[in-house]
Amino acid sequence: MMKRIENFWHSPALRKGWGKRSVIGIPYIFLILFFSLPFLIVFKLSISDTEGIRFKDLFDYIDGVAILRVRVSNYLFLMTDSLYVYTYWYSIKLAALNTVICLIVGYPFAYFMARAPATWRPTLLMLVTLPFWTSYLLRVYAWKGLLDDNGVINNFLIWAHVIDSPIKMMYTSFSMMVGLVYTYLPFMILPLYSTLVKMNLTLLEAASDLGARPLTTFWLITVPLSKAGIIAGSMLVFIPSLGEYVIPELLGGPETQMIGRTLWNEFFSNNDWTMASAVAVSMVVLILIPLAVFNKYQADSGAAKGT
Amino acid sequence: MRNRFGLTWLICGYAFLYLPILTLIVFSFNESKLASLWTHFSLKWYAAILDDTEIIDGFLVSVKIALMSASASVILGTLAAFVMVRYTRFRGRALFIAHINAPLVVPEVITGLSLLLFFVSCDQFFGRRGLLTIWIGHTSICTSYAAVVIQSRLVGMDKSLEEAAMDLGCKPFQVFYLVTLPLIAQSLVSAWLLTFTISLDDVVTSAFLSGPGTTTLPLVLFSRARLGLNPSVNVVATITVAVVGLGVLLGSLWLARQERRRAEEQAAAYRNPKPEPDVEAAIAA
Repeated sequence: MMKRIENFWHSPALRKGWGKRSVIGIPYIFLILFFSLPFLIVFKLSISDTEGIRFKDLFDYIDGVAILRVRVSNYLFLMTDSLYVYTYWYSIKLAALNTVICLIVGYPFAYFMARAPATWRPTLLMLVTLPFWTSYLLRVYAWKGLLDDNGVINNFLIWAHVIDSPIKMMYTSFSMMVGLVYTYLPFMILPLYSTLVKMNLTLLEAASDLGARPLTTFWLITVPLSKAGIIAGSMLVFIPSLGEYVIPELLGGPETQMIGRTLWNEFFSNNDWTMASAVAVSMVVLILIPLAVFNKYQADSGAAKGT
Repeated sequence: MRNRFGLTWLICGYAFLYLPILTLIVFSFNESKLASLWTHFSLKWYAAILDDTEIIDGFLVSVKIALMSASASVILGTLAAFVMVRYTRFRGRALFIAHINAPLVVPEVITGLSLLLFFVSCDQFFGRRGLLTIWIGHTSICTSYAAVVIQSRLVGMDKSLEEAAMDLGCKPFQVFYLVTLPLIAQSLVSAWLLTFTISLDDVVTSAFLSGPGTTTLPLVLFSRARLGLNPSVNVVATITVAVVGLGVLLGSLWLARQERRRAEEQAAAYRNPKPEPDVEAAIAA
């Protein structure tokens, strides 16, 4: 008997199947259980009817009639309420503006990093990634001390007699924008750097040999070749800044309502779980659009390369 | 001219990245309670933090959770990375990859909210919110980061080494333990460090999943930062920067030494080329 059990466990077919299945299964089940399933619960809650504090079942079966009860009032409210519409529009606008500013600041930065002497590059790269290792909450908080009415920048400007009274910078869209750009700039720089540093420099030489001016070469060769980095960086900046909560909460004023903050307030201040769930679902939909565009681009460029 | 422009841009960029951190450090040594008005040098906020039980407790909770989350997510991430690199054909692969990538892009407010609602709806299994729920939440986010880091190492790995071990009669587990693991060890360490800092840093998910008595350090700092400027936050920041700076310094020294030793070994190997007639004879035959 023992022998047979041993043989059973050591039969190659079973061991291979069993091993492979558990390697796939363990992370799969974990993520389904603690990532997808919770999201389905959110979706269910967002369309659930409430009776007092209890949620009614979605499906009912009474006297041979199956009833599907879907509450759409939350979504209707989201789409018609002017404050919500404004919040969505405002978030998209700020995330887009953040992406553009990061690109404008980050592209030359990554470019000069990639063209720096090869011996410098590891240090330059490390200096970009180093702030990642310190808490981002603390780095956002640091701007409070800089931009405050009593902050370092205002104090310096008054001391230098540039201004007489402090400029209001804190708790405005400006301070929030500074925080967003500051936090997301490295996410733009790193993918740009990795495409720019791999670029074949002989192409630039060829262009200049053929009489192209430096700026023309830059526009016609460098920029198109770094397209993958531009798109990856823009995604890494745009998508997370859309759902940002900490930065608007710490640096933004009361008028800077971003979706993430709205969700938080619906849940923690208003205790409206179904509304918070509806906001969450609509946020996911909002994120899926740029993500689909990104995936399509990646598939296209993969197909173009013949991979 | 272009070079000077480039240098200026880089210097301004780095100044932008480091100026806030620098001011945090400077003002942690400020005597005044007004965290942005310099009076004179003092260490009193450092002394104050030693008696600050809220911060000390929060720190201990955070470290405990970060240790558990980093370890769990490196284990799960290693499995996931293997699946993505090695098992190119199985039913549900596309969905599997989506599950690895999704936590990287879904905003944390959503992850936090959905996990909280999940834990509430099956509270007989998970009990009250606390260490366990935060641990699970952080692990489900960190697994994706660990998987991505380890995956990039696995893709670049020379598969023939594993095949050689298999040909020499190693069992699959032995191959993994004796060949694969040492080869990807460095990426496991960096994945662990990355997930450790992500967990140690996390505010939003923890806010949804923490219960009474499990207030993590970022939650303490966040609630203080929300109210305004607070010297204790500066002190914590300075300590973090010092620890991270020291860690990075030691880490890069260690890496440089490893690199040098490897180069020396390689040079030594090339100096005494050993003829291997057996192999050549085997190939000839």
